[in-house]
This record gives sequence, C-alpha cells and structure tokens, in this order.
Amino acid sequence: MDPESLLALVETAHPTLRRRPLTDRPAVSVAPGELLAVMTTLRDHADLRFDLLITHTAIDYPGENRFELIYLLYSTVHGHWLIVAADVDRTRPVAPSVCGLWPIAEWQEREAYDLMGVLYDNHPDLRRVFLEDDWVGFPLRKDYQDEYMLELPK
Amino acid sequence: MTVHVRTLDELLHAPLEADSELTTQEYLVNMGPQHPIAHGSLRVVVRLDGETVKEVIPVPGYVHRGVEKMCEHLNYRQVIPYTDRLDYLSAIMNNWAVAKTVETAAGIETSDRIEVIRTIMAELQRLQSHALWWGVTGMDLGAYTAFLYGFREREIIGEIFEETIGARLTMNYIQPGGLMYDIKPDFAAKVKKLLPYLQDCVEQYETLLSGNVIFQERLRNVGIVDGARAVALGCTGPVVRASGVPLDLRATEPYGAYGKVQFNVVVGSIGDCWDRYYVRLEEMRESIRIIQQLIDGIPEGPYSTIRYNVELTLPEGIHYGQVETARGAFGVLIASDGKQEIPYRLHFRSPNFNNLWVVTAISPGWRIADFISIQSSLDLVIPDIDR
Amino acid sequence: MQFVHTIAAAAATNSTWAPQTLAQRAADSAPHSLWLTAGYFLLAVVGVAALLSFLGMALIYIERKIAAHFQCRLGPTRVGPFGLFQTLADTLKLVFKEDFVPPKADRSLHMLAPFLALLVPVVLLALIPYSPNVQVADLNIGILFITAIGGFGVMGILIAGWSSNNKWSMIGAMRAGAQIISYELSATLALLVVVLFSGTMSLTGIVLSQQDGWWIWRGHAAGFVAFLIYVVASTAELNRTPFDIPEGESELTAGFHTEYSGLRFAFFFLAEFINMFTVSALTATLFLGGWMPFHVGDWAGFNAAMDTIPPGIWFLTKTSMVIFVIMWFRWTFPRLRVDQLMHLEWKVLLPLGFANLFVAAVVVLTELYPYPLAK
Repeated sequence: MDPESLLALVETAHPTLRRRPLTDRPAVSVAPGELLAVMTTLRDHADLRFDLLITHTAIDYPGENRFELIYLLYSTVHGHWLIVAADVDRTRPVAPSVCGLWPIAEWQEREAYDLMGVLYDNHPDLRRVFLEDDWVGFPLRKDYQDEYMLELPK
Repeated sequence: MTVHVRTLDELLHAPLEADSELTTQEYLVNMGPQHPIAHGSLRVVVRLDGETVKEVIPVPGYVHRGVEKMCEHLNYRQVIPYTDRLDYLSAIMNNWAVAKTVETAAGIETSDRIEVIRTIMAELQRLQSHALWWGVTGMDLGAYTAFLYGFREREIIGEIFEETIGARLTMNYIQPGGLMYDIKPDFAAKVKKLLPYLQDCVEQYETLLSGNVIFQERLRNVGIVDGARAVALGCTGPVVRASGVPLDLRATEPYGAYGKVQFNVVVGSIGDCWDRYYVRLEEMRESIRIIQQLIDGIPEGPYSTIRYNVELTLPEGIHYGQVETARGAFGVLIASDGKQEIPYRLHFRSPNFNNLWVVTAISPGWRIADFISIQSSLDLVIPDIDR
Repeated sequence: MQFVHTIAAAAATNSTWAPQTLAQRAADSAPHSLWLTAGYFLLAVVGVAALLSFLGMALIYIERKIAAHFQCRLGPTRVGPFGLFQTLADTLKLVFKEDFVPPKADRSLHMLAPFLALLVPVVLLALIPYSPNVQVADLNIGILFITAIGGFGVMGILIAGWSSNNKWSMIGAMRAGAQIISYELSATLALLVVVLFSGTMSLTGIVLSQQDGWWIWRGHAAGFVAFLIYVVASTAELNRTPFDIPEGESELTAGFHTEYSGLRFAFFFLAEFINMFTVSALTATLFLGGWMPFHVGDWAGFNAAMDTIPPGIWFLTKTSMVIFVIMWFRWTFPRLRVDQLMHLEWKVLLPLGFANLFVAAVVVLTELYPYPLAK
C-alpha cells in the first residue's frame, strides 16, 4: 500500500489522529489515551496488519515539556511501514503499555523506562533492563547529570 | 493511577514453588555474566526444577556503555566507529545502516561502485559471522573441534578485510557518501579465489556436524517458535526466517546492490533450533552466490561521492534506516533538529536485543542442555544487546 | 558347566605361556627370603606410582596432540622437543596454584574427594596384565573386583559435587551419579559375556583363553557386540564426550570440579586420564587378547612372526588403539542431552546387553566356537 492511502485508511478508522510531519516514513500522532485503541486497529485491521513492532523508543523534548514516544511498525503481510508517535507529559510520563498486542513491547518499554523514565501502565514486569535497580535518574533524558559525564560540545 | 516499578531483587527473592507432584525444590542459578554459554557477559537467571527450566530471566546490561547517549554528542561520521562496537561480528553492516540513513536523509547520492563494494563487503562479513557462529554452536553443544574450524574461515576472510580496511574486527569502513578506503587492485582476484574454498568449507560443515546423529537429536524439535509468535516477539533475521517468515530486508526493500543480484530468501519450516541452524548454513551459500554475481563487474570510479570534511546536517525530523545484518534488522533512528551536525536523539534498533527475549518464551519446559541449544541457535552478540 | 570348566582348564594346561605376577613371586620367595618379598612389594608400589605419573604425562600430551591435529592446529611445540615437557610445565604451574576451598564448602570432604576419585584407577592399574610377567596381582575374582571397585569411582565425584556447596557442582555430581551407575550395568553385562566365554574371572586366565583367537571375533556376533557395548558404556563411565554431561562445559561451567583449583583439580584431571587408560587396557585384555600376539588359524609362519613381537608391545599397541578411539570420540562428537543419555542406556544398551548375554550363553552351551580350542 502506498503511504498516502495507508494514512488515509488509518485516518478513516480513527478520525482524531493527526499526521506527524517531518518523517521519512508515513507517520501518525496520537494522544496517549487513544494509543491502545489505535494500536489494536493497526494490528488487527485486515488491510493494515502491523504484526511486527520493529522498535519503540522515546525522544525527550525538555523545552516543550514532553516525551515523544515512537512506535515503528511493520507489516510482514503487506510490507508497509508506519510510525506512531504519542506525546506524553514530561512531568508525569505515563503511557499505556502495548505488551498485550506485541509481546516484544514488554522489553522495548522496559528499555524506554530504564533510560528515559517513561512509565507504562499495565506493564507486567516494569523494571530496569540495563542499569542497576538503585540507579538514580534516567540517563537518556537531556537534563540528566552525573559526575562522570562528558562535556557537551560547545 | 500508579505504575508499579519492580526490581530484579524482588523477582529473585519471590518464593519458589515446589512442584506439586514430586515436591522437588526449585532453585535459581545464574548463567553468566561469567559463563561459557554467555559468549560475552549476558547474565541469565534460570529457575530450575532438577534439570528442567521453569523460567528464564535475562539480565542484560553488563556491557551497557550508553552508546545512544554518547552519540548525542557526536557528529554523524563520528557515530560510525561506535556502531562497530555494537554487533562486532556485523561491523560493516552496522556502519552501512548509519551511512544509509544519513545518505537518505541528507540526499547524498552514491555511485554503483560504492554500492557494489559495500554489498560484497557486507556479504563477506555475513559469511564470516556465520562461520564463527557455526563453530560456536558446535562448541556449545560439546563438539569443540567445530569451533576451530569455524575460526579458520573467519581468519581467512579476516585477512581480506585486513588488507583493504586495515582492521579485522572494528571495521569503520562504510561512511556516509562512500567508503573509508578504496579496495586494492587485486581485491577482486583474491575474493574470487576464496569463493570456491568457502563453498568447500560449507560442504565440510555439513559433513562435520549436520549429519551427526547426536547433533541432530540436540537441535531437532527443540525450542520451537512458530512464525506468528516469532514476529510478535520481535524477532528478525535468521531467527524469524527459520520460523517460515520470509522477512529479509535485502529482498523486501533492496538496498545496495541487492536489487541487481539473484538470491533466495532462505526460510525454515517449523522454527526449531535445527531450522535456525540450517537457515544460516544455507544463507552462507546464498552469500557466496551474491558475491559471485558481483565480483566480476565492480564498476570503476571514485570510492566516495562527498568530501569527508564537509559538515553533515540532516533536515529536521525523524529518519529511520535499516539493513539486514547477520542477525537481523539493524535500524538507526535519528531525530534531528535540523540545526546541529549532531543528532538530537539517536536510537539503535538492535537485532540482538529484540531476538534475545524469545528465550524467555520458548525455553520453559526444556532441559538445561536444550536451553544451551536455544541460546546458541539465536546467535546473540552481547554488546549489541546492551549498547 | 562341565564345558566351561574344560575351557579354563584347557587354557591353563595348553598354554605356551607361564605368566607370573609380582604377588605370586612375592609369595613364592617368602619361605626363602623375606627381603626379596619386601623387594617385590616395593617394586609393585614403585612400579604403579611410576606408571601413574608416566601415564598422566604421556596421555595428556597425546590427547593434546591428537586434539590439535583434529583441529588443524599443531598443539604444544614450544616446551622441550616437540613440546614434550608441556605437561610437566603445566603440572608445575598447577602445583604452585592456590589450593582454594570455598568458604562455605565442607572442608574435609572437599579436600578428600580428589583422592577418592584417583584411588579407583590406581587400584585397577595393579590388576592389569601388561605382559606375562608384568602384573602386580592376578585375582581369581578379577572381573568382580574390577566391577566393584570401578563402581566406587563415582563416590569421589559425588562427594566433590556435594561438598563444593555450588549448584553447578551439585548438578554435575548428580548427573555423574545417574550416568555412571546406569552405564555400569551395561559395562558389567558386556564383561559377563567374556566371563561366559572364557569360564574364568581372572584377567590372566582371560588372556590365556584367547590363545586361539580374541573374544571379539571368536564369540560370533556376541563378542563383537559386547565389545561395542563395553566401549560405549565405559566411555560414558569416563565422563568423556559425547557423555561428558557431568562436566558439560557450556552448560555447567565445569560441573563437579567447578570449585577445584591447583593440585586438587589436577587430581581429577589425572583420574580421568588414568581411568581412560585402565578402561582401554581392560578392553584390550578382555576383547582383544591382552598381551597375546595376533594369530590367524593355522598360518604357522605368520603366527611365528607375530610371536617375535614381545607381548608388552602387543598390549601397548592394542591399548593405545582403544585410547585413540576414545579420544577420537571426544574430538568428533557433540554432547548428548541428559535424557538422551538415559534413553541410550536403559532403552538401547541394556536390552541389547541382555540379549547379547543370552546369545553368548547359547554359543557357549552349543560349543559353536569357530576355532577348535585344543589342537
């Protein structure tokens, strides 16, 4: 499916979606509250069938007080791509977990929690994945500081 | 709404169940970070009941270096050497993923010559990686001799790399817009001489291990994961192909010179350890085929289309590019703010991180020895998991 | 039973060989000179000790060389001519290593276990007939004694695994216990076939009974099958690949000897190699004629030529061949899984062993030997 009709199809299913500009693949932006419903459609709709969650990560925008959660989806059936972005509040970064849809999300979300501090609701086993449990802070946040860090280039 | 965050301690000190029928005591063992199966330093906590695996808790992070954070301080050319140190057995392919993403985003054109050389190098490295994996699998299953046979081929291909690139492990070869160095004049001749030898080696692998009854008994029908489950568990590369899903980025979205060559996407049937073993062996044959088709017609021309000291700034937005490494889809997600020559946020989609978790799903119920077969058949490279 | 008795008797009377053991010599000389008796005892002890250290050195060197050539390598080449002193250097290193006992281990048992493991093969060394006149003692219940003592070998491993207070060691020891005890059944059944054929349990008696052909081909298929079962079962008792699951490096780090270092580790290592030698020597003695030269039927010239080779050389050649086969196993096969191992023993080897024993009994009772016993 070409990107335009793909996006049109997604938009008809969920009219509240917005397209996310500035991406090299078709992308939509959802509110965290709607994330699960949208994701369920994306996975189960016969013409969409996004069965592979390629990766999930978060991007920190401290200036705008938000995290952008990026879900990169691929369909092994139809061979098309979609980026789903969801903005969460940076002071209260809670998003619904999509573990129920794609089991791999369990670990990808753990990584996002570990390094970025995004909390996932209904996650079966939310804990640090790379760092120690007693680690203070979330290193991939832009404002993270500890005494061993590199100087930012001027 | 509260979100409960758990700790590893909590998990490890949870009460262990006694088996209801035999009332045997369950116990936890640490496989790793210092354990022969870890192939690096992956810690896996295994809950066992006698010899039977009840639960597998991977605890990665012993080689976590914060590469993604470091990359936020580096420009795109400086990122390349860091990718060598992720999946060090697919260093060239990792370089390529970054180069490809940056080229697509910045609109840098490359020439046919560059793409052909990249493809040949990547396939050579895939051969090298699979040869090593074959040896390591043999060693894991107790056939130590296979290990040294696998290393023999790795050395020979390593010499080809060394001659062109000057490195044997961390290549740093493919750059945005071209290659680090041009190939030597006799590169094509040497590779051509090597190919029949490698073909013989694959046949030798078959006679050394594949036909062995014990080896087959250890792998067949062990750790089965069907196609839909493998996809849901985020597997890519030979792991998902062994389950019968023809997901090979070289074929589904051809990059480099893959569009110009004929090769088969090797798929397995039931997705057991044996399929994962055999898919890789067949892939070695396909790699040899790809190189054979390309090696005669390497076009002439410069080895780079841009000067390496130019400032590379990507347009604002999210850019994602990926290549098929020896272990699956290696992706680079770059979020650029369009102003600086460093990425605003750079995320590596590592095939090993995503392939690792399949062990938690398929290991329970099998014996300790089967757990070894399963982990070995996934061909994990630990620094790529931890990043 | 009458027939069985005649075989043993015939073997004893028709023999051109007059074997004498050190124990016999000591007993014979006792009435004349007690010093001579003491000398024979000393010779036996020194002989076994010397053999022990020589075998340790030689077998480790041979194993490394063989492994290297299987793996496109050269093996040790640097220390001494052809790397001959490599083992010596390694032993020296092991001697100087720290003898570490884990803090929570059972200290006394932990220190005792390696000696128990080494004890068994050393005792067995004394029973093997190396040559007509080179044997420490020939027990009339030799086979029974070997089986009984051989079964004791697992104790060292079990104690090592238990006393280390380490889960890996424990799993390894438990695996070893299950494996060795299971495979002993098959090995013993295979031994019984030879006892049936030769009608004696004395090892020298068994060697003498093979004057007219080795049991591997004289007992129709039964002898050959028994030989195969014995080699497989005893490889399993040795804990060597493909049956090395008690150590299973990639699974259990090092199995029962995970917590051992220095000299105590070396003792386990040595025990394995001495065990390998005794098993090979027993295989050669029971199935391949021991020190008996290779004879073919009535070819008098050929047989005479074979007789010129000293019996000691025959013994060594046959034993080395079996040792080579066992090493060949190790560097070729992957490791079995624990349930496959048990399956092989209880569902394949054991029924086969019983059937084979039955066939052997039929062969013996119907006097179906291909060669006439007494010419």
